[in-house]
Amino acid sequence: MSEQSAPGADGSGRPSGRLLEVDGLRVEFRTRDGVAKVINGVTYHVDAGETLAVLGESGSGKSVTAQTIMGILDTPPGFVTGGQVRFHGKDMLKMSAEQRRRIRGEGIAMIFQDSLSALNPVFTVGFQIAEQFRIRRGLSRSDAKKRAIEMLDQVKIPNAKGRYSNYPHQFSGGMRQRAMIAMSLALDPEVLIADEPTTALDVTVQAQIMDLLGELQRERQMGMILITHDLGVVADVADRIAVMYAGRIVEEADVYDLYAKPAHPYTLGLLNSIPRMDEKGQELRTIKGLPPNLMNIPPGCAFNPRCPMAQPVCREKVPPLLQLGRGRASACHFAEELVNRD
Amino acid sequence: MTENIIEVRDLVKHYPVTRGVVFKKTIGHVKAVDGVSFDLKAGETLGVVGESGCGKSTLARVLMNLEKPTAGQVLYKGQDISKLSGGALRRLRRQIQLVMQDPYTSLNPRMTVGDLIGEPFEIHPEVAPRRSRRDKVKELLDLVGLNPEHINRYPHQFSGGQRQRIGIARALALRPEVIVCDEPVSALDVSIQAQVMNLLEKLQAEFGLSYVFIAHDLSVVRHLSDRVAVMYLGKMVEVGTEDEIYERPTHPYTQALLSAVPVPDPTVRESKAIIRLQGDVPSPVSPPSGCRFRTRCWKAQDVCAQEVPLLQIRPGSDHPSACHFAEKREIVATHEAA
Ligand SMILES: Nc1ncnc2c1ncn2[C@@H]1O[C@H](COP(=O)(O)OP(=O)(O)OP(=O)(O)O)[C@@H](O)[C@H]1O
Ligand SMILES: Nc1ncnc2c1ncn2[C@@H]1O[C@H](COP(=O)(O)OP(=O)(O)O)[C@@H](O)[C@H]1O
Ligand code: SF4
Ligand code: SF4
Ligand SMILES: [Mg+2]
Ligand SMILES: [Mg+2]
Repeated sequence: MSEQSAPGADGSGRPSGRLLEVDGLRVEFRTRDGVAKVINGVTYHVDAGETLAVLGESGSGKSVTAQTIMGILDTPPGFVTGGQVRFHGKDMLKMSAEQRRRIRGEGIAMIFQDSLSALNPVFTVGFQIAEQFRIRRGLSRSDAKKRAIEMLDQVKIPNAKGRYSNYPHQFSGGMRQRAMIAMSLALDPEVLIADEPTTALDVTVQAQIMDLLGELQRERQMGMILITHDLGVVADVADRIAVMYAGRIVEEADVYDLYAKPAHPYTLGLLNSIPRMDEKGQELRTIKGLPPNLMNIPPGCAFNPRCPMAQPVCREKVPPLLQLGRGRASACHFAEELVNRD
Repeated sequence: MTENIIEVRDLVKHYPVTRGVVFKKTIGHVKAVDGVSFDLKAGETLGVVGESGCGKSTLARVLMNLEKPTAGQVLYKGQDISKLSGGALRRLRRQIQLVMQDPYTSLNPRMTVGDLIGEPFEIHPEVAPRRSRRDKVKELLDLVGLNPEHINRYPHQFSGGQRQRIGIARALALRPEVIVCDEPVSALDVSIQAQVMNLLEKLQAEFGLSYVFIAHDLSVVRHLSDRVAVMYLGKMVEVGTEDEIYERPTHPYTQALLSAVPVPDPTVRESKAIIRLQGDVPSPVSPPSGCRFRTRCWKAQDVCAQEVPLLQIRPGSDHPSACHFAEKREIVATHEAA
């Protein structure tokens, strides 16, 4: 059951440029210890040329959603139990393996946090990029190599030609991340999913990589889904933000609206918890307690045991993700009060 | 003037790089820490920031007397810690404690929380007689915000933030004067990180602790520190009060580092100073001659390759900086408090 459907989700009145829609997605992991309900009705979308940031703390389900989109969910133990993932209006979860394979790389590509394990250590970086051109585009060996060097050059790897025959371990962390970006963009995808692409990098290198991603995205008018837990990175690059908690989107908003006036107590709590560089603070305002155990999610609003605004209704009714206007949505029974306060 | 509790003088720690399995041959040295000096005053927090591999953890290990320095000294209340032995060394081991980054691997999974926190008492029985130990441990659990009833649980039954609290309780057991924190909140989510940072502040106020607070997150360091030291490739490049470093940085590396930190406020996107460094940090085995930052510095001149810039106060600036051309620059975008 989807809580909120995009306008004309049947494909007819779909806004042009809407590339990817996740709609009411549910995923669970069936393990020996029990069933963990990891994704509990996730709905978000990305349009051409925009950056959607999916923001959430570890375990909230950001990566599992991305893995489901890419069709690389670990099954078993992971199972999709509901919802759709539509690419150009067509539900990918109903497609054949062959159809999905064709979308991967050309339609939707993904980059990962850990570039060392994402690249194959026994092949040179250049070869791994060139292979895509050979296999997917049928280019000759020498043409594929030429295109691969162009790609390395585009992601600003110095001396791309010389670096072509280096192995992944010969690259620094930042360069490997560039190489992975080159590899994922080789087939010119319409959507790029970047799962914590800079979390393992130093801040000066992170800044370089985020600049590069932004530049490539604008040039190619890609839709980008940036998965991160970093409220600073999000403020720098996102157009829209979807905040995740315990496998649901609890708030969705334009980046400026979200930081100016969060419409969900969890978002507000997150914003209050970050130490700010430009404010030597006193005590930080924290969110009490811990995220829920996904094998035993609290009834009603999953955030209720930690929420300073919780009322009895919060323990009884799951708050639906409701539109508040201006592309804003919040899954809180008291969202209106929160946005309308001064 | 408050007393210095720790004085670090020209500290050097090199690790040999070897080749060969049977006949190990030294082919060079990793210059992990290469001439670092600073003071830690009683009751203050000195923040140490820098990027991966700049020598922060090495510094922590030498401060803890877990490794001997290659050269230079760490003085604890005027005494060279590497020269201590017997009773004096045992006293030192009580007075300086370490909290580590990884709450997942730094606790023995087979010990209960009670054993983990009580272990320091086994080594230093004079602090708590055997009969009173369980109560002491419960007190410590309560102090760091954990349920004293959970004394018989194992580390895996706790979350990351809770495990970090266990690590802190353990460090507090012997009532130390100094706690060296090596990335104590880096592995934690923001909402949990804030809880642990508040705890560290509360404990400092309560027990008059001095902290050496090592982290790569500049916002976290600013929040907790009175003074901040910036490291690059084994050297300290700038040191000053929290204000001097964040509001009036004079070293190009500090300026670049501050400018790279994303500000959690979308309205400053346009107004932020942007300095982007080229390339990566060079290898600490063969650091650049002269100023180590020169290969990435936009201000580098010939002199920078020839002369090592000393960490000192230069005209027009109010705090020590290791740059021949140190000068002020506005970096952090200001923003209205929410
Ligand atoms: N036991 C060792 N043997 C050889 N080299 C070492 C050893 N310990 C550290 N190094 C090297 O010394 C340098 C500094 O390491 P250190 O762990 O102090 O860095 P750091 O600043 O703590 O980095 P991070 O932010 O990644 O924790 C690095 O180049 C590291 O590889
Ligand atoms: N292969 C797996 N088997 C069992 N549980 C998993 C698996 N992958 C992820 N999970 C669980 O799913 C939840 C969401 O994980 P994930 O999407 O990786 O979170 P994040 O938001 O940090 O990316 C977590 O509780 C995680 O432990
Ligand atoms: S629904 Fe209730 S518990 Fe949930 S976030 Fe809103 S106020 Fe808090
Ligand atoms: S000494 Fe020279 S190279 Fe080093 S930071 Fe200053 S200007 Fe740059
Ligand atoms: Mg993840
Ligand atoms: Mg370290």
